Amino acid sequence: MKSSKRRNGFLVACIAPAVILFFVFMILPTLNVFRMSLYEKGAYSQTETFVGMKNFQVLINDSNFIRSMQNMILLIVTVTIVTFALALIFAAILTREKIKGQNFFRIVFYIPNILSIVVIAGIFSAIYKPENGMLNSIIGLFRDMTNPILWKGESLVMVSLIMAMVWQAIGYYMVMYMASMSSVPESLYESSNLDGAGRLTQFFQITIPLIWTNIRTTLTFFIISTINMAFLFVKAMTSGGPNGASEVTLSYMYSQKDAGLYGYSMAIGVVIFLFSFALSAMVNKVTDREPLEF
Amino acid sequence: MKKKKHTDSGERLYQFFIYFVLIMLTITILVPVAWVFLASVKQNSEFYGNPWTMPKGIYWQNFVDAWNTAKMGDYMLNSVFVTAMALVLLLVVALPAAYCLARFKFRGSKFLNMLFMAGLFINVNYIVVPIFLMLRDGDVWLKKVFGGGFLLNNLVVLAIVYASTALPFTIYLLSGYFQTLAHDYEEAAYIDGAGYNTTMWKIIFPMAKPSIITVILFNFLSFWNEYIISMTLMSSAKGAKTLPVGLLNLMQAQQSAAQYGIMYAGLVIVMLPTLILYICVQNKLTQGMAAGGLKG
Repeated sequence: MKSSKRRNGFLVACIAPAVILFFVFMILPTLNVFRMSLYEKGAYSQTETFVGMKNFQVLINDSNFIRSMQNMILLIVTVTIVTFALALIFAAILTREKIKGQNFFRIVFYIPNILSIVVIAGIFSAIYKPENGMLNSIIGLFRDMTNPILWKGESLVMVSLIMAMVWQAIGYYMVMYMASMSSVPESLYESSNLDGAGRLTQFFQITIPLIWTNIRTTLTFFIISTINMAFLFVKAMTSGGPNGASEVTLSYMYSQKDAGLYGYSMAIGVVIFLFSFALSAMVNKVTDREPLEF
Repeated sequence: MKKKKHTDSGERLYQFFIYFVLIMLTITILVPVAWVFLASVKQNSEFYGNPWTMPKGIYWQNFVDAWNTAKMGDYMLNSVFVTAMALVLLLVVALPAAYCLARFKFRGSKFLNMLFMAGLFINVNYIVVPIFLMLRDGDVWLKKVFGGGFLLNNLVVLAIVYASTALPFTIYLLSGYFQTLAHDYEEAAYIDGAGYNTTMWKIIFPMAKPSIITVILFNFLSFWNEYIISMTLMSSAKGAKTLPVGLLNLMQAQQSAAQYGIMYAGLVIVMLPTLILYICVQNKLTQGMAAGGLKG
């Protein structure tokens, strides 16, 4: 009896601090997102008034919100496809081929991942600067630059964001796939070599199916983190501008908080929560395959 | 039977193509980073011509100005303090919890494990507004009762929020390791008369050192680089700031004042510690990732 008491005491002492912190700073705020979305609460008044679904009714007619959703979905789809395609190809090349300086490439490709998004925003502002920017000065070698390309202008800003986000993410996923690809047994490639399979066939018939479980989990996490990354990049690189052309849903939520519309801001938060859950459930369903053993 | 190998010239072309693509990617990563380092020692007048010229001399004044005038020195101290405190707090809280959740069966253990797993899907930036409002309301209440609030613009509170929101990922990673250990270790220790506490601290945690290092590395990078929570909770204009937020302000100020040199010096000040750390531990980082799987 005494020892079971001691065991329980030990367990409580170990787990309670984590549960309390987790509850106060993660569960409670999450519940608050949903609760406050039903209220009207302003920055300068202490009162909350219950308004039911009114915030959501305003939301579906808010053209800025619709645009921010479109931008977010555009970023999720394009950044995910480009990053995953490139990361898988590079990982396959670096694990399958006998490349000199393989380690060097791996180390370099991972660098963007350790930099703060603010630093990346600074680097890319030097790249995208219309006058004397790195990119325009290179393009200027091939064409006339009297009207410099405005990379952060309304028409190109999303493309510029996509390039920066791919630049940041590619190395991390490449290193991860290199780890799982190197565990695919060499004998499979050797026997398919005998059967005359080329590199492409091997890539699609052996490498991809065998690391599918890994691709699948990373895909779900990548999509969720892209919702967040898009916000970090937009906030540091463009602040949603010009004229809201690069606003994504999370940055729009944040700007509504800055405007003091807390209830409305949280209604956007609810949409983001539901959207990310629905999206990860969907990805999980679509990518479901029989796991292959090797 | 088909040919086993491609023709020689085709093979050589393919090899050339691979190296070409790899080197292109290397250039797109290394050149902009190196460019910022060079720009940080350029004088302001050097920024109005061709961006690819080498600096005329090493103009250290940029760093002096960034460190003193732009207060990057103060921000650096703040960042060191917040990151270190958040890491210590995180380890002290997460290690015992992960150990107990992974190795003990008790009423509710399944539920708690699921709860922390679910936490992996809550992104901190989804809930930054309610966290801010909660602390603000706390301050209002404290002001009414005690005459002064201390929850916002407080580096300690910021560190607590960092540590708390990193709990799900950290516990997930550590439990994954603890689950792989054999139960014999504890049984042997109990037979020798060691209590639960001694067993955990003296036997289990020393074995978990590689996982703990992985946890420290990943969380160091995420705490050091974080800027949304820091910007929201440390919003007072005169209050303390962390490095990335200070840099963001510097970049925004630069748009009107055009002090390029100082801005690039600030960029270097923020990224240099992470780059040095990366060069020292890059093997551990990439291996730890292979073992730990995912970043939340």
